[in-house]
Amino acid sequence: MPPVAAVEIVDLVKAYGEHRAVDGLSLRLERGCVLALLGPNGAGKTTTIEICEGFRRLDSGTVRVLGLDPVRDAARLKPRVGVMLQDGVGGYTAARAVELLRLFAAYAAQPLDPDQLLEAVGLAAASNTPVKRLSGGQQQRLSLALALVARPELVFLDEPTAGMDPQSRRATWQLIRRLKQDGVSIVLTTHFLDEAEELADSVVVVDAGRVVAQGTPAELTRTGAEGQIRFRARSGLRLDLLRAALPDGADVVEQDAGHYLVLGEVDPQLLATVTAWCAGQGVLAEDLAVERRSLEDVFLELTGRELRT
Amino acid sequence: MSEPGFRAAPGAAPKQRMLAAQAGMEFRLLLRNGEQVGLTLVIPLLLLVFFNLPLLYSLADLGVQRRIDFVVPSILALAVMSASFTGLAIGTGFERKYGVLKRLGGTALPRSVLIAGKTVAVLLVEIVQVALIALAGAALAWHPHGDPVVVLLLVILGTAAFGTLGLLLAGTMRAEITLAAANLIWLVLLLGGGVAIPLAKFPRAVADVLQFLPSAALADGLRGVLTFSAGVPWRDLLTLLVWAGVAMPAAARWFRWQ
Ligand SMILES: Nc1ncnc2c1ncn2[C@@H]1O[C@H](COP(=O)(O)OP(=O)(O)OP(=O)(O)O)[C@@H](O)[C@H]1O
Ligand SMILES: [Mg+2]
Repeated sequence: MPPVAAVEIVDLVKAYGEHRAVDGLSLRLERGCVLALLGPNGAGKTTTIEICEGFRRLDSGTVRVLGLDPVRDAARLKPRVGVMLQDGVGGYTAARAVELLRLFAAYAAQPLDPDQLLEAVGLAAASNTPVKRLSGGQQQRLSLALALVARPELVFLDEPTAGMDPQSRRATWQLIRRLKQDGVSIVLTTHFLDEAEELADSVVVVDAGRVVAQGTPAELTRTGAEGQIRFRARSGLRLDLLRAALPDGADVVEQDAGHYLVLGEVDPQLLATVTAWCAGQGVLAEDLAVERRSLEDVFLELTGRELRT
Repeated sequence: MSEPGFRAAPGAAPKQRMLAAQAGMEFRLLLRNGEQVGLTLVIPLLLLVFFNLPLLYSLADLGVQRRIDFVVPSILALAVMSASFTGLAIGTGFERKYGVLKRLGGTALPRSVLIAGKTVAVLLVEIVQVALIALAGAALAWHPHGDPVVVLLLVILGTAAFGTLGLLLAGTMRAEITLAAANLIWLVLLLGGGVAIPLAKFPRAVADVLQFLPSAALADGLRGVLTFSAGVPWRDLLTLLVWAGVAMPAAARWFRWQ
C-alpha cells in the first residue's frame, strides 16, 4: 500500500448556483512537501482549500486529507491540521494577540510556546495589542502563528504573505522553509510567483476551477522556450526582417509598443544576431536583458494577460 | 532569538483544559466589552433603584409590604435575561458575522466545549450580577426570604431557556437583526413579560397567556421564593424547562456557524 498522501483530491467539483467554482480539479501532496496553488482571482483556490478544511461541502469528487474525510472525520482531523484563512485572523478581535495565541495553545495537547512563537513571527513587541488594533500585515503574522501553535502535521495557508511588507515576507518564507525542514506538509495559495518558485516542491496552476498546469517550478519554467531576450527600442521595428535573420526555432514579438521579446534557445549566437541586426537598422536596443523564462511568464501564458471581469 | 521547532506533535488537549481556557477568555471579553457591562451590570442596578421608587404602580394590593423585597427578585430575573439572552445573542451573532465561530471550527475545540465555555462565562457574569444586586439590595434594606436552592434552580433553568433562545436567534439571523431583536425583546419582556410590571396589573385573560413567557416564569418563580417564601414553584420551573427543551433542539438543528 502506498503511504497516505497529505492531501489527495480527485475530480473535485463545487458549484455556487450555476457557476462551477471548482470544476474537476485533481491534485496530490506527498507528506513533508510544499504545494503552491497558483491562479488568478476567483480561480477556485480558497474554495478548494476550504473544502479540504471541512468548512465547505463538495458537490462531487473525493477529497482525502491525511487519508481522512474532512467532514466525516472532522473531529479526528482538526487537531492534526493547521488553518490560516484568507479573510483575516478570525479570532476574538478584542483579545490581545498573546491571549488569543494562548487560547489556541490551550486547545492542543503539546502546543508550541506562545511567547516564543510570537517572537518567531515578529510580534513580540505587539503581544499585548488587541487583535483589532494590529496592522494588516501583523494580523497576517498572528494568523500564521495561530495556524502553527498546535504543532500540526499539515497546514493550509491561504495567501500567507498577502499584505506583508518585504521583510515580513522574507521572514515568513524562512519560517515556511523551517516548517518543511521539520517535516510539516504545506498547502499554500499565492499570487506571488516568486513565492511559489521559492517555496514550493510542486506548483498547481488553476484557472476557472481547473488545473491548467502542474509540476515543479523548474519543470513549469522549462516547458516551451528555454529563455528569452528582452529589449526596448522605438516601436514599429520591421520584425519580419529580424525574424528572417534569427536562427530556426527562434521568434520575436513586440509585446507592448517598443517592448520586444525574443524567444528561443538563448546562446551567444542569438544575442549577437539580435544586436547586429539592430546595429544594421541604426536602432539602439536599450535595457537589453537575457532572461530565464519566469513562472510569471508561464502563468500569464496559461491564464491570459487580460484582466478578468 | 531561539526559533521554535515545528516538528509535528498533534493532539487535542483534555476537554476540561479547553473548557477552562474558553470560559476564561469569554468571561474576560464580556467584562471588557462596555456594551455588555452596561447591559448586564449597570442597567439592572439603575433599574433596581428606579423601580424601587413608588412611581409607576403601587404594590400594596399584591400583599407586598416592602417594595424592595419585590423589586430585587424582579431585577434578578432581568439580570439573568440580560446576560443569558440579550448579551449572549448579540455577542454570538457578531462572532458569527466576523468569522470567529468559523475560525474556532478550524481548531481542535469541539463545538460542545465552545457552547459549554459560553455557558460558564454567562454563569460567571450572573454570579457578579447576583453579588452586585444583593449588595445594592442590602443597601436599600432588602431582606431575602425562601430557599436559596430553589433560587439557584430557577436561575439555572432560566439561563438554559434564555441561553438556548439567544443562541437560536444568533445562529439563524443576521448579526444586525439579532442586535435589534435581542434588545427589543429584552425591552418588551421587561415591561410586558412580567418582569418589572407584575402580571397582576394586566387584564386577567392577558396575564393567563403571558404567565407562560420565560421572563414571567423566572420573575414569578423568584418573587414567589424570595418575596413570599413560597414553596417550590413547579409550574414556573416546568415552563422554563419546556422553553429550553424546545429551543435546544431547534438551535442544534438550525444554528449556522458561518
Ligand atoms: N460562498 C460563495 N457563494 C457564491 N460564490 C462564491 C462563494 N465563494 C466563492 N464563490 C465564487 O467562486 C469562485 C472562486 O472563488 P475562490 O474564493 O475560491 O477564488 P480564489 O481562487 O481563492 O480567488 P482569490 O485569489 O481572489 O482569493 C469565484 O467566482 C467566487 O465569486
Ligand atoms: Mg482566495
